Amino acid sequence: MTGSGPVATAKSIARSGPSVFRVEPSRGWFGFNFRELWEYRDLLFFLTWRDIKVRYRQTALGAAWAVLQPLLTMVVFSVVFGQLAKLPSEGFPYPIFTYTALLPWQLFAFALTESSTSLVGSQNLISKVYFPRLIVPIAATLPGLVDFAIAFVVLVGMMLFYRVPLTIRVLVLPLFLLLALASALAVGLWLSALNVEYRDVRYVVPFLTQFWMYATPIAYSATIIPEKWRVLYGLNPITGVVEGFRWAMLGTTGELGGQVWVSSAMVLLMLVSGLIYFRRMEDTFADVI
Amino acid sequence: MSEIAIRVEHLGKRYRIGGQQARYRTLRESLVAAARAPWDQLRGVRPGKERYIWALRNVSLEVQQGDVVGIIGRNGAGKSTLLKILSRITKPTEGYADLVGRVGSLLEVGTGFHPELTGRENIYLNGAILGMKRGEIERKFDEIVSFAEIEQFLDTPVKHYSSGMYVRLAFSVAAHLEPAILLVDEVLAVGDSAFQKKCLGKMQDVARLGRTVLFVTHNMAAVENLCPESILIERGSIAASGRTETVVAAYNAQINKGLEASVDQDLDWVGDSEIRCVGVRLLDAERNPMSYLGSGQPGFIVLDFEAKKDDLVGVGVAVGIDTLNGTRVLTLWSEFSGQVFRLSAPRGSFLCALPEGLRLRPDIYLLSTYIGNQYRSPHVVINAAHLDIREVDFYGTGRLPDRSQGSLLVPHEWILR
Repeated sequence: MTGSGPVATAKSIARSGPSVFRVEPSRGWFGFNFRELWEYRDLLFFLTWRDIKVRYRQTALGAAWAVLQPLLTMVVFSVVFGQLAKLPSEGFPYPIFTYTALLPWQLFAFALTESSTSLVGSQNLISKVYFPRLIVPIAATLPGLVDFAIAFVVLVGMMLFYRVPLTIRVLVLPLFLLLALASALAVGLWLSALNVEYRDVRYVVPFLTQFWMYATPIAYSATIIPEKWRVLYGLNPITGVVEGFRWAMLGTTGELGGQVWVSSAMVLLMLVSGLIYFRRMEDTFADVI
Repeated sequence: MSEIAIRVEHLGKRYRIGGQQARYRTLRESLVAAARAPWDQLRGVRPGKERYIWALRNVSLEVQQGDVVGIIGRNGAGKSTLLKILSRITKPTEGYADLVGRVGSLLEVGTGFHPELTGRENIYLNGAILGMKRGEIERKFDEIVSFAEIEQFLDTPVKHYSSGMYVRLAFSVAAHLEPAILLVDEVLAVGDSAFQKKCLGKMQDVARLGRTVLFVTHNMAAVENLCPESILIERGSIAASGRTETVVAAYNAQINKGLEASVDQDLDWVGDSEIRCVGVRLLDAERNPMSYLGSGQPGFIVLDFEAKKDDLVGVGVAVGIDTLNGTRVLTLWSEFSGQVFRLSAPRGSFLCALPEGLRLRPDIYLLSTYIGNQYRSPHVVINAAHLDIREVDFYGTGRLPDRSQGSLLVPHEWILR
């Protein structure tokens, strides 16, 4: 940028009591103001609440969608992959095996899709009001939890039906949920910021989620992946989430520890890089959007 | 002496304007541009068609705590950019501004309102968007509702509200935000006049409590009532500041000569046309220069041009007329009148004859000009000049519409059958 940089003056302001805020050209890539983000937590709450409310108010079937989507997908998978292709399901009935994986997957996919388009969708807010922009993609990842909760009730029903006992492992489930949301947010940060400048993103997202789904052990078991590809396969953080879900709900065996650590490390890497990129682009959102 | 609330030093904001109007790019465009850059350099083509304009440059000002300062100026002069920077929506390109205490901004009424949600729900949502805490909204809830006068409709989705109710509720939420500094853009242009008065009263209360208010408006009466001091912004910098009477006088002087003023050649120039507009004027029916036109009175709008060659073909020309709020009222375009011009001289004027005049409500409007030749994007000057339409007894009844009744005057008669 041209011109004079900020000059230190403002004597009379410096000694006055209340907080002084300086508006100046952006510098640096880091320096997220997490304290400010915390101060706007009510906005995060209300934006999430708005999305949930509007979603259920505008759809005729409302909450039924939350159940229908994974249920119908489960039926299709059960017929195609379970009955026709006869994919192994680690000794569990195929429907419940795939449904358990579909729940965290749909939470992830929905959160990812919503957060990717969130900034552009909040165009008029961003160009008219200041608030930490990070609130927008974060708020977009949360409403999916309601759908998840409803679909989860169905899962419990299915477990009763198939007589799969619930174990103490279920207590670890929130951790996997968190991992799923963090993954969605990490990718969402990248895509939402990219979407502001390149509207191609909205065409990319449907493909991305489709490919990603097949790269995740949802319709099949991770055990069918050849040993030598496992490490590469494990880089997909949702693999860890899905395997974790099956481990916690169904009691699948197999060593999980390594997979979860790889997934967590991957998510952390994506999240930090996403934050940096978002921070870098943030200042120009209002000008470009 | 009181303390300083806002100090602005050498503030500047530069925007990029592309060859086209598009503000965002597609990935393909970026890739193509990146691939082409080395070739263009070889051929000596300057990279890209990107141009920059300074929406604001070298603006310095100080506002004391408790002052109510009006910011006036033509559309596109940079007023809104200044407010956007102060309210942190966009970053300045250079310089800085210090703001003491919490800043609240009201750049648009009803930002973030969701039509599906009820009035009650929108109060919470909008309050949170403007930066209020939940407890704060709860405390002021009743006050907000009674100020907006929407008690009975509190649980109705706002999509069923009349526009008046909508605006009242939106303003009410914003007015109850209690910032140390309140930045208000032209928001009172909407709503009926009774409510406008109420809003102005509320802003006066805010000021009486020692809060600082910056108020952007086109409503000179409001500025004169509310603001002891004002700032006139013209082409991105401060043209006048001080006592409101003096500043408003400067503004009026500027408007009156507006139509004779030549168009700044660099500012706002978008397009690669080989012809450009260099001035815009008004003539009356006898072709005498005028600074205004009466409603529905014949006259001419004159657009002076300059071309790069003296034999251009396929030349088209247009004038757009907007209200001060930026709503397009009408466009006078040579394509509508079925005309295409061929030039024989590099300089000249296009006269747009208006045999029946402009049947518009008396007010100040904004003129934008468009001129271009075949296959080129036109030279566009947004808000090139003010257009002053003066009062004429158009209907012969002494009655004319006010702002809420629309801009157009159409001869009509009611018949009872």
